[in-house]
Amino acid sequence: MNLDALYQEIILDHYKSPHGQGLQPDFTGEAFHVNTSCGDEVTVRVMVADGTIKEMTHDGVGCSISRASASVLHDLTDKQESNKFYELLDEFVELMHSQGKTEPNEDVLGDAAAFAGVSKYPARVKCALLPWMAMKDAMEGNTDE
Amino acid sequence: MSFDLANKVRPDFPILDRIVRGGNALVYLDSAATSQKPNQVIDAEAQYYREINATIHRSGHELGELASAAYEEARQNIAGFVGAKAQNLIFTKNATEGLNLVAYAFLNATLMHRNGQTKYAQYALNPGDVILLTEMEHHANMVPWQHIAQLTGAAIKYIPVSDDGVLELSEDLFTNNCKIIAVTHQSNVLGTINDVAKIAEYANAIGAHLILDACQSVPHLPTNLENLNVAAAAWSGHKMLGPTGVGCLFLSDDLLLGLPPFLLGGNMIENVTFEKSTYRSDNGKFEAGTMNIAQVIGLSAAATYLSEIGLDRVHQHEVGLTRKALTALLEMPGIRVLGPSEMSIRGGLISFEVNGVHPHDVSQYLDANGIAIRAGHHCAWPLHRRLGAVASSRASFYLYNTEAEVEQFLAAVSEIRSYFKVA
Ligand SMILES: Cc1ncc(COP(=O)(O)O)c(C=O)c1O
Repeated sequence: MNLDALYQEIILDHYKSPHGQGLQPDFTGEAFHVNTSCGDEVTVRVMVADGTIKEMTHDGVGCSISRASASVLHDLTDKQESNKFYELLDEFVELMHSQGKTEPNEDVLGDAAAFAGVSKYPARVKCALLPWMAMKDAMEGNTDE
Repeated sequence: MSFDLANKVRPDFPILDRIVRGGNALVYLDSAATSQKPNQVIDAEAQYYREINATIHRSGHELGELASAAYEEARQNIAGFVGAKAQNLIFTKNATEGLNLVAYAFLNATLMHRNGQTKYAQYALNPGDVILLTEMEHHANMVPWQHIAQLTGAAIKYIPVSDDGVLELSEDLFTNNCKIIAVTHQSNVLGTINDVAKIAEYANAIGAHLILDACQSVPHLPTNLENLNVAAAAWSGHKMLGPTGVGCLFLSDDLLLGLPPFLLGGNMIENVTFEKSTYRSDNGKFEAGTMNIAQVIGLSAAATYLSEIGLDRVHQHEVGLTRKALTALLEMPGIRVLGPSEMSIRGGLISFEVNGVHPHDVSQYLDANGIAIRAGHHCAWPLHRRLGAVASSRASFYLYNTEAEVEQFLAAVSEIRSYFKVA
């Protein structure tokens, strides 16, 4: 079934056992995003110090694509340099807007390359991007404190 | 139960032969969002453009006369279809516009009353007045009322919905300060058919204006608006085999004569000078500008098509399909059905949750099998919150759906949890 190109094994595994789920109490930035067309929600918290993301956590409700995307994003950015997030973000956004026409750069994207199939389904691109956009805002230091 | 009806009508619906994603034959279970169209409707609209296209009610030439006659004949036919008089039927763009028309006409009446025009007193909304809605309303029958309440100072109250998706009706809710009561005839999420006769009885006892959202009833149930005793009813043509771009609004004589207009311009006037204008007093008061003539004529063909089959038969067919699907879904592990489990108060749609699988993933899985359903909050976000659901998946049935399609749907739903590794 061509559906397997969308729901890669990696995505379903992250959906089943998400990494970094559950919000840490200490953070320098937080953002909450909603997908108004379906009601999906995600909150991302980051603790940034000395140019490094000391901790990235998330929580929310949503489809397999948006939940797995948050989990993969945790793996890729937790305890990494802040700059790495921005490099990944550019690469991932470009992939999501490629309509299935570009090959993902697996060396850079790691597990996030598994989302390449999503770009062929316009209605689902927003799901994959939801946690990334929330993290972008969180990195800009929007906190409630 | 025999499902002959679908086999009889399917040849009239060319789109049902389409092949969709993955090379699958289309299984269209999204008629509550919009119905498919038979050749009779497509042809009626095309024939109007090919043979008699002209503006109505103002061109003195032969085509103008033919177009006007066809438009008014359509009004007569569609009014008869819902047990109303042609003079009480107004054409709009869709149900949303019809409901906004009523809400804004009440707002205009309020403003004119505040400016001293006492004849609008019985339509004016003031602080202390209540607009009574239900918790199962579509945004189209909620958001305009919230807006009008904010502008006039009236309050919004809700008739609650029980955990199994039924209105908790009690006469205590119908207090004397309720001026407008706006309810849906059949919920587009729960499938629940509300007891409109009872609500009308309560509404009339306190002299409130009862506004009915008939979007999910007129296409599927035999409906007689005069017998239902409502002040207004709105529905969309595209959900009853008709074209997009046309809706209907029924207004009782009281509202038709008493409410001021909403949209202003050509056709709806009686007399215009540089200083001021007066308006028509008949249904033309609410039809400003060039109307959706071709779509009205297409909709009339849809009404004829449905009448020839008989709404009783359409309803029976849908009940048969829904009962089959509901019985199976209620027994399927990991499935939660929203709305009543009792078929006698249900129409032809079922919303459900698949435990551990988001509705978008449910609809994506079904789509890969050629099965079209709807996922989301179905423009009833507050209702979903009330029921503790982020969103839901909805399968809806119409006269052209077959028993085999329901079986295909059920088989696919039963595979979803293992595909997503949650079972
Ligand atoms: C119960 C109900 N009310 C109102 C509407 C709005 O109809 P439309 O979008 O055609 O105006 C719908 C359809 O989506 C509906 O199901």
